[in-house]
Amino acid sequence: MTLEIRGVTKRFGALVANDAISLSVAQGEVLALLGENGAGKTTLMNILFGHYTADAGEVLVDGAALPPGDTRAAIAAGVGMVHQHFALADNMTVLENITLGTESLWSWRSDAAAARRRIRAMADAYGLAVDPDRRVDELSIGEKQRVEILKALYRHARILILDEPTSVLTPQEADRLFETLRAMTAEGLSVIFISHKLHEILAISDRVTVLRRGAVVGTVATAEADRESLAEMMVGHKVARPRVEHLEPGRPVVELAGVTVTGTGGARLLDGVTLAVREREIVGLAGVAGNGQSALAALLSGTLTPEAGDVRIDGETIERFSARDFIARRVGRIPEDRHATGVVGDMTVWENLIAEQLREPPFWRWGRIIDFAACKAYARRLVEQFDIRGAGIDGTTRLLSGGNMQKLILARTLDRVPRFILASQPIRGLDEGAIAAVHQRLLDAKREGAAVLVISEDLDEILGIADRVVVIHGGRVSAPLDVGAVDARRLGLMMAGDLGHGEGAHRRGVGA
Amino acid sequence: MTLEPREHAPLWLVVLAPVAAVAASLVLCSVLILWTGQPVLNAYRLLLGGAFGSTFGIAETLTRATPLILTGLAAAVAFRAKFWNIGAEGQLYCGALAATWIGTGMVALPPVLMIPLLFVAGAVAGGLALLVPVFLKTRLKVDEVVTTLLLNFVILLLVNFLLEGPWKDPMSMGWPQAAPIVDEGVLPVLLAKSRLHMGLLVGLAAALLVWAAMRWSVWGYEIRAVGLNPQAATFAGISVNLTMLRVAMISGGLAGMAGVGEVAGLKGYLTLDLSPGFGYAGIAVAMLAALHPLGVILSAVFLAGIYVGADSMSRAVNIPTYIADVLVASSVLAVLVSLMFVRFRVRWR
Repeated sequence: MTLEIRGVTKRFGALVANDAISLSVAQGEVLALLGENGAGKTTLMNILFGHYTADAGEVLVDGAALPPGDTRAAIAAGVGMVHQHFALADNMTVLENITLGTESLWSWRSDAAAARRRIRAMADAYGLAVDPDRRVDELSIGEKQRVEILKALYRHARILILDEPTSVLTPQEADRLFETLRAMTAEGLSVIFISHKLHEILAISDRVTVLRRGAVVGTVATAEADRESLAEMMVGHKVARPRVEHLEPGRPVVELAGVTVTGTGGARLLDGVTLAVREREIVGLAGVAGNGQSALAALLSGTLTPEAGDVRIDGETIERFSARDFIARRVGRIPEDRHATGVVGDMTVWENLIAEQLREPPFWRWGRIIDFAACKAYARRLVEQFDIRGAGIDGTTRLLSGGNMQKLILARTLDRVPRFILASQPIRGLDEGAIAAVHQRLLDAKREGAAVLVISEDLDEILGIADRVVVIHGGRVSAPLDVGAVDARRLGLMMAGDLGHGEGAHRRGVGA
Repeated sequence: MTLEPREHAPLWLVVLAPVAAVAASLVLCSVLILWTGQPVLNAYRLLLGGAFGSTFGIAETLTRATPLILTGLAAAVAFRAKFWNIGAEGQLYCGALAATWIGTGMVALPPVLMIPLLFVAGAVAGGLALLVPVFLKTRLKVDEVVTTLLLNFVILLLVNFLLEGPWKDPMSMGWPQAAPIVDEGVLPVLLAKSRLHMGLLVGLAAALLVWAAMRWSVWGYEIRAVGLNPQAATFAGISVNLTMLRVAMISGGLAGMAGVGEVAGLKGYLTLDLSPGFGYAGIAVAMLAALHPLGVILSAVFLAGIYVGADSMSRAVNIPTYIADVLVASSVLAVLVSLMFVRFRVRWR
């Protein structure tokens, strides 16, 4: 079974998201689709799957053109898609999620036993172990992804599209996914693997099609490609990674001692966390998503109060946790979710740039009237200095790309010369160029004396930028480790729960 | 058919959309008018003439628009912050209660002090009526739609109790009404031989002030930010709870001032039928205006015109006045649909 995309073009207003794209996938092949964010990967896949209608071009499965804009036809032709954000009903069982929509509405009863047998058989064949009768909200992220794949296979998918499938997985889980994909291709299934992580593409794919700015740059056999050549094809020029210099750290700026946070329902989000971040150092916090990172980030943003333990900033114990107080203490915060937490998307760029300083002169005058001229002059300076592109200062923030939105947040954070910077998933969803820019800014801030905590699920990021690494699992943190003393495999084991694997000299703060 | 969000809505579309929406609702309602056997165009001509065709008609329309401007603003301010205040009707009566309490002989002041005092008292009372709902919302996450809506009935029953009991005017020959507002508290009439009173100026001033505050003040910024994205607002150091409290006080205060205008400007005394649902109509006014404070003025006059015009139309030809409610309701629905067309582009294939 083969898939071919011929000359697909899609425009959104003036933007050409896909420009005459052609590619093909042979039976039993893994084709990687590589490209920066905004290169048009997701748009192309949405056309293929019938979510969008192409302005020109066609999609052929086994030589027959799919009717445009018809998701059902795509499914019937054997195309299955696993989205980056899962589309599962949390309050239903695995079995119910998989069979949802596959049975006739007129059928008298659902044949759960037969469905269970089929799911078990597929799970065994491809190493997708998951209990069909468990509720989806009890599953781990890796298991949820397996359910998504099973869902596609249950609908007789022969061509599976995976959109950034490893972004939520530990290295070990990713390896397991790759084994599944290999088992599937051995059976004659085809896979389109969308990613911007080069090492994964090199590990799993047979051929790589590289997209840049909506157009195909080229297709190469993976065996003949390497990291550097792919990166250059993707970005269009050689990528200079920022150079990390290790400096002599100064006094601790932020100190956590035995910090405990309990979530709704009594689950320990943070459990006796002890951690210090010093001047002129970047500490990386590694961990699989959902192990307490969000709570720690909220705590250090001032939007969450711990039940127990001390938080000290510059030696002063924090009594009242408020975002305002943290801003006043020169804590710079880069939130995990730019759209939801970082900016008010429907307000203008300048309004978002002054958001943290609105309560201070010179941005308002008597009677708390906003001084538009002062605000806009300030915004204009930051837009220039931080190279924020895509909308003017009066433009709507929502229209900025992820990278430019991140630059906006960095601009308003770093312009205040923070003592401590909390960077939560600072490069999530950014392209290579933007990643380098963000990291350069963080390294500059470190050189100027700031203490930096980078929370990331991307081990490459942490190993590339941090001086020390701490692993979080189940709300507990490991002892800090020098970045030179660890590798991805060891961190992966710690992320899976074996925090003691660090076996550092000081086990302070390790609850396990 | 799919909807795609627009990046920029062209100006002509922003202006045309509400006009087209109103036109669409007129076309829809013409079916009902045809049903009564009357010629449609004649009926609409009578409606328009009754509302805007004479000095008397215009004065009546503006009189009717006065409370609608204030309750419309009350809804617009609250909805901007996504605080769903459905209780403007009750807050209006709270304002009327305060004006009656103070304005029926409790204090003796010259009009220049008395009239402002009544409005301030009414605004405070209207704001206080929202204190419990806003507290329940911010502390206990109780849905304000339920609490504000149900408080309307509580307040109306309180008014009923006062008018049948302690506040009943002994000179009213048994009618459930309060003593009249003292002469110093009565709002001056703007136009001789009409009922149009100073409350209109209060409403216009309030609209201008709310518009300017939303646009230029730090509070306005905070209200917009909290309404658009409370999580990001919190992150930036804006207190959502404090902003909600402020919004509630402003919203309730505006509705309370509507009640003051009706008691001290129009009726002269508090009765149980002081408001024929101005509080609820304010929601329609705000929605028609797409929550824009200055747009509220236009949509309040439009709604008032439909009600006044429908009265006069039903006197001239045999069409029930209920057509006004249908017109208003279908206009609001049509405007909501038209706003969708402003935000999204429709793709046919």
